[in-house]
Amino acid sequence: MSELGDATRRAQAQNDPNLLLEAIPYARLLGMQAQSVSLFHLPPSKSNIGNPTLPALHGGAVGGFMEMAAIAHTMMIMDVLRVPKVIGFSISYIRPGRFMDTYARCEVERFGRKMVNVSIQAWQEDEKIHIAKASVQFLLD
Amino acid sequence: MAVDLEEFRQLARVLDMPGRGDHFETLGIRVTDVQRGSVTLQIDYQESLVGNPVSGVIHGGVITTLLDTCCGFSASTLLETLAVTPTIDLRIDYLRPAEPHKPVIAVGEVYHVTRHVLFTRAVAHQGDPSRPVAQAVGNFAQLEPGVFGEFGDNVRQAARSGEGES
Repeated sequence: MSELGDATRRAQAQNDPNLLLEAIPYARLLGMQAQSVSLFHLPPSKSNIGNPTLPALHGGAVGGFMEMAAIAHTMMIMDVLRVPKVIGFSISYIRPGRFMDTYARCEVERFGRKMVNVSIQAWQEDEKIHIAKASVQFLLD
Repeated sequence: MAVDLEEFRQLARVLDMPGRGDHFETLGIRVTDVQRGSVTLQIDYQESLVGNPVSGVIHGGVITTLLDTCCGFSASTLLETLAVTPTIDLRIDYLRPAEPHKPVIAVGEVYHVTRHVLFTRAVAHQGDPSRPVAQAVGNFAQLEPGVFGEFGDNVRQAARSGEGES
């Protein structure tokens, strides 16, 4: 089994997605962490800033964080050991991501044996005040 | 009147300056061409961008950021003044995995402009535009003049100080 497969199995056994996130370079680059299998945290980091004048997080960094959260969430709850194929990603931005703690919560809906849809909501100070909403369509191998 | 393209190219040079530590530098996004309504970007392969350590394929989030930036910069070339415009929404179709160890090129274009919205699309490929890695459509807001008033000044200042250092 691959190193990623091992990390995923340990993450699933201990119910801790952080063990999986540590095995993925891009997740480490963003600096994201998991608080539960469906709640993820992106601490403020200068390397995720897109507009220094506000300052605001890069919309792509927020999107990448949400996409990675959806991948980790799916791998944790679907009992898969391989990174699922992303077919499509769609994101709406509601307000700028300020330079502060950002959170994302994922919800999965599955249809058929291979297709998985995850919706992700991101917020900062108040879970009811979203900064972005996204959805990812996955194909499981 | 629309933004001076030379000024926009200056912004691109500011973004390319090392030591900024922002998300552009972290991912290694470079602006390779600026035309009115169309900007081309490139990102080189780095291990830190990998989303699947088994295959070595870079993460979809990297492609998302590249295409978001490409669409947004293309939209910026049609604004009145030098500014960045916020993304309203963005949809990406991933057509094939990006081949590891090869750069990804993104070409954006604005295909429709209204009083409030700039409609854009972009293609990401690895040298052959007929074999795209991903395609995006994104909508961007026409800002009220003055919303990012200080942005242009900051860019000009950063460009001047950067030139002074070299």
